[in-house]
Amino acid sequence: MSVAIPYILDGLQIIILLFAAPAFAGWVKTLKCWFQGRTTAGVLQPYRDLMKLLHKDIVLAENASWIFRFTPYVVFGSVVLAGGIIPILSIDLPLSATADIIALVALFTIARFFTALAGMDIGTAFGGMGSSREKTIASMAEPAMLMAIFTVSLVCKSTSLSQMVQVLAHGEFILRPSLAFALLSFVLIALAETGRIPVDNPATHLELTMIHEGMILEYSGRHLALIEWAGMMKLFLFATLGIAAFFPWGIAAANDFPALFIAALSLIIKLFIAGVSLVVIETGLAKMRLFRVPEFLGSAFLFATLGMLSYFMLE
Amino acid sequence: MTATPFTLASASLFIIFSALALVPLLFRNQRVLIMAVFSLTAISSLLSLIAGIWTVRDGITESYIILLGLPDLPFHMRLDPLSGFFLTVIGALGFIVSVYSIGYVRGFIAQRPVTSLVFFYSLLLAGMFMVVLADDAFFFLISWEVMAASSYFLVMFEDERTENRRAAFLYLVIAHVGAIAILLSFGLMAGFATGFESFNGYTFDAMRKMDIPSSWAAVAFFLAFLGFAAKAGVIPLHVWLPDADSVAPSNAAALMSGVMLKTAIYGILRVTFDLIRVFPWWWGAVILVFGLITALIGILFAILQQDLKRLLAYSSMENIGIILIGTGMAMVFTSFNMTALSALALIAALYHTLNHAMFKGLLFMGAGAVHHATHERNMEGMGGLIHRMPWTAALFLIGSVSISALPPFNGFVSEWLTFQAFLLSPALPNPLLNLLIPLAAAILALTAALAATCFVKAFGITFLGRWRGNHDTPIHEVDGFMKTGMGLAAAMCLFLGVLPTFVIDWMDIVPERFLGGKLAASAGEFGWMWLTPISYTRASYSGPVVLLGITAIVALVYIILHARSTTIHRVPLWGCGFEKITPRMQYTGTAFSMPIRRIFGFLFSVRERIEVDAEHGQRAFPKRVYYSLKIRDRLWNWLYQPVTDASFWIARQVGRLQQGRIQMYLIYPFITIIILLVLLR
Amino acid sequence: MTISLAAQINSVLAALILLTAFGLLVQRRIYGLLHLFAWQGLFLSISTAVVGFVAEKHHLYISSLLTLTLKVIVLPYILHVLIMRLKIHKEIETVVNVPTTMLIGIALVIFSYSLTSPIRDLSTHVTKSTIAVALATVLLGLLMMITRRHAVTQIIGFLSMENGLFFAATSATYGMPLVVELGVGLDILIAAFIFGIFFFHINTAFDTLDVEQMARLKEED
Repeated sequence: MSVAIPYILDGLQIIILLFAAPAFAGWVKTLKCWFQGRTTAGVLQPYRDLMKLLHKDIVLAENASWIFRFTPYVVFGSVVLAGGIIPILSIDLPLSATADIIALVALFTIARFFTALAGMDIGTAFGGMGSSREKTIASMAEPAMLMAIFTVSLVCKSTSLSQMVQVLAHGEFILRPSLAFALLSFVLIALAETGRIPVDNPATHLELTMIHEGMILEYSGRHLALIEWAGMMKLFLFATLGIAAFFPWGIAAANDFPALFIAALSLIIKLFIAGVSLVVIETGLAKMRLFRVPEFLGSAFLFATLGMLSYFMLE
Repeated sequence: MTATPFTLASASLFIIFSALALVPLLFRNQRVLIMAVFSLTAISSLLSLIAGIWTVRDGITESYIILLGLPDLPFHMRLDPLSGFFLTVIGALGFIVSVYSIGYVRGFIAQRPVTSLVFFYSLLLAGMFMVVLADDAFFFLISWEVMAASSYFLVMFEDERTENRRAAFLYLVIAHVGAIAILLSFGLMAGFATGFESFNGYTFDAMRKMDIPSSWAAVAFFLAFLGFAAKAGVIPLHVWLPDADSVAPSNAAALMSGVMLKTAIYGILRVTFDLIRVFPWWWGAVILVFGLITALIGILFAILQQDLKRLLAYSSMENIGIILIGTGMAMVFTSFNMTALSALALIAALYHTLNHAMFKGLLFMGAGAVHHATHERNMEGMGGLIHRMPWTAALFLIGSVSISALPPFNGFVSEWLTFQAFLLSPALPNPLLNLLIPLAAAILALTAALAATCFVKAFGITFLGRWRGNHDTPIHEVDGFMKTGMGLAAAMCLFLGVLPTFVIDWMDIVPERFLGGKLAASAGEFGWMWLTPISYTRASYSGPVVLLGITAIVALVYIILHARSTTIHRVPLWGCGFEKITPRMQYTGTAFSMPIRRIFGFLFSVRERIEVDAEHGQRAFPKRVYYSLKIRDRLWNWLYQPVTDASFWIARQVGRLQQGRIQMYLIYPFITIIILLVLLR
Repeated sequence: MTISLAAQINSVLAALILLTAFGLLVQRRIYGLLHLFAWQGLFLSISTAVVGFVAEKHHLYISSLLTLTLKVIVLPYILHVLIMRLKIHKEIETVVNVPTTMLIGIALVIFSYSLTSPIRDLSTHVTKSTIAVALATVLLGLLMMITRRHAVTQIIGFLSMENGLFFAATSATYGMPLVVELGVGLDILIAAFIFGIFFFHINTAFDTLDVEQMARLKEED
């Protein structure tokens, strides 16, 4: 029986991911409304949106190829798989050996690659524009991401997520400026990867300002539902990834059943705070023009490099 | 006589030479010629492939002396795990491309005789096999020349065009500059092996025992590196690569880009780890820096291209850069005697060699198929091919996904291993390296991400969207041979990506033999499904689980969502309510790469010009817009132009010797005789 | 507070000082520069106090207080007044673009790290690892002076160099004798006044504080 527990835990984690991600997205939207003095649609609105989309028919362009129809499934699949790997509640997951953090980033890259292809598939200018901008931003974010991973791996001597949580949560507590810099860098990168302000406005209606939205402009029905759901899960996963790498206290260790309740509680509190900080950042900053984004990501790279340097210089 | 890998390899060479001998007999019937010769090259490649796999699996080393060549200078041949590995790579791609060529070359019959293509293709393959088997400087250089000459004729295949002739000439010049450097390096090493008086030092065995002071070793190494770098397309000697690979016929380009560049890597590995075994860390650092620069500049150039084959050629530069990065890291770790880590770096480099041969071969074959069907090379005139060439598109997609280093395909495994080697660099005792290597890792991450951008562009502009061209050519899918060739390469990409532990287990003999460290002890320790270099708490990756996971989730979601049938309406494009969308309104390749061009354009010389032809000078109502974009490699002006000018100047000065008057010509031998009489008194 | 916790806090503060030094390098808005400079002074004074606590050199408390008043309150105020009087409002241009400046900055940090490694091996002080950061701050201040075109930002670069030197003194030798520190502090204050006077003159003569314009002073022959 105890052999099956990790598998059940992993399945539980995926189910939580599927059903809590829209709630997190709803929480972020509600907070934004409060900050901006508007009335909210409620935290449960994303669920209603997804249900509506799932019931609608699909309207497909005449020249859409199989890639266009296949992409939503691939995107959904890779994000859900990533959800089975990140230690959200516990580090005792059978899937955690499937990918270390570098492979995890590559899983998200699969989703972006196919979304970019789908954007080009239809043959409108907006899709191509979204794909081109998205891939450029992804390229600029990579060096910063790798440097941040490098810094964290210097401290934890590993790139496996379970090992990182183990070292940071259950090892001795030391103030590390390198991790602080890496955290700052990770926040900037996460804003770029999940397409939030100041890199991309997820709520824009102007096609010329769209990056992620531009690529999925032609989707409808259950395809759009899958892509939107995957987007919400991606936001959720980046939040939990940051929590696992930088604030992992509370995540249960292996074979520690009662600790799961504490883990769930601490997760809710941490996500609550993450939502508030995200909305503060989004409300306080304005969306940058595209050619300022390399500077933005360049400063993320700078912070991560400073973290790496301060590891060697100060620790 | 029992069969050893060497007998298989020599049988394979024998078969190729007999194929060459058949050409003069069969050239009148071109179809039979193609079928016969390419089948023979396929069989011979298969034999070499088996020989290579066998050698590496059992760690066999065999040497033979062949009594060809000059008297007192016989040919030495040797098959050891390093040669066996490269024999496997060449044999695998040779087999696949030979099958593909049967279909591809048939398409040329209507336009021109293909005899020279067939002949030199086989000769190229033979040359590559011989290079890898050579065990002395003489045989090595002869095989090297065979390779260079045959690929020259392949590049010159369609010689009525000026650009083809120019590309071939440039290739020949740079190949020979490289060959001279390699010759000098071997000469230096041979001299230190047995003294500069005798010729006996020319065998590699003698060089292995040479006693060379470290400063001369550095000279020999860097000369060899220069020579091999010229063949590999490393900056600054890369200018021949895009021209040659884009004008050569695609099967030749696949071989050239896929395996001929790798023979240069073979040469570097042979000279560094087998002949000169002891070296300081800064050699590895230099190789690492060259690898990084080549990778970054290569991929940036690739993104800016409009010609599909030029894009692929520049992308080969990027991948050679990555292989050199792995090699450089292996050298750095070896110089500090960290054998397990250098084994990891070397395996990453070798795995990438194998991977690149497979996916680049696949991509070039796909480009050849596209050219075969559309007679276009410029991507800006293509689009929408996925509807008319579905198989080619799907296989090209597999190649693009592999080269962009996405799991579960093979490109990801070798890049991941290279990153792991970087992440282990804090174990190095040198603090300066500790700080600088992470920056190198960040640059590698940038190139990997840019590669993904490049191939989204390549695949998207060529196959997706709608046809951008003017004419309405009948475009049809390619024939069975071409599909089989591409399919085999794609299957290898998947295999290498999903089962890396087996492949590493197989190739582990190579680092063990040459570096003294093994990886496989830890690589499969967690189970055959998980790749765990060093240890599983450090990092782990499972290709099969990723493949199965994503497939399972996709299947599950598909079934759940299709439980209730909903209709799919096919309608014209929405495009945000635009009424008159034409195919010309799509994003072009140049538009796609514009942000990258803006950000990184300072590395190249970019000249953009926009001219608006307006009615009565009213700029708000343009009649016609003229846009021109010229991107040039800065190295032409900085390096090649001065060198060419200098050589022409020297030639002119030397030309002064040619006075034209007979008395001057008589004075030259007169003076020479007098000097000789004085010296030899 | 144990020694190692104090050393960790000191490391965090050193990292923050380095961060502000980079921030000064890339920040475009002039009030942002002032704020960063004030923060740098604050981190420096806290660090001095921590070192004073650990090494039990009580004169460091006095120098920490001195740094606080001078560098966090007085100097920024003087500069603020200057900026208001001279009516400088816009963004400041740099000579070289921002990413290149950042890369040169990183190279300088690596350089100062490798330069100070023998000191690190020999020193017995708690603060031995922060010497590299101090040297880096000095070099980055100098880089800031080179890459900026506006006279006020060059002054801030000069003051940031002085911060770095002070930090180096605290790290290497647990601070200088109090007399020296008082003297240096007074010099800085006088320097700030003199700069202010010069700026008024330059502004009146050239109608701008862009130092590129001062190249016009060169004699043409």
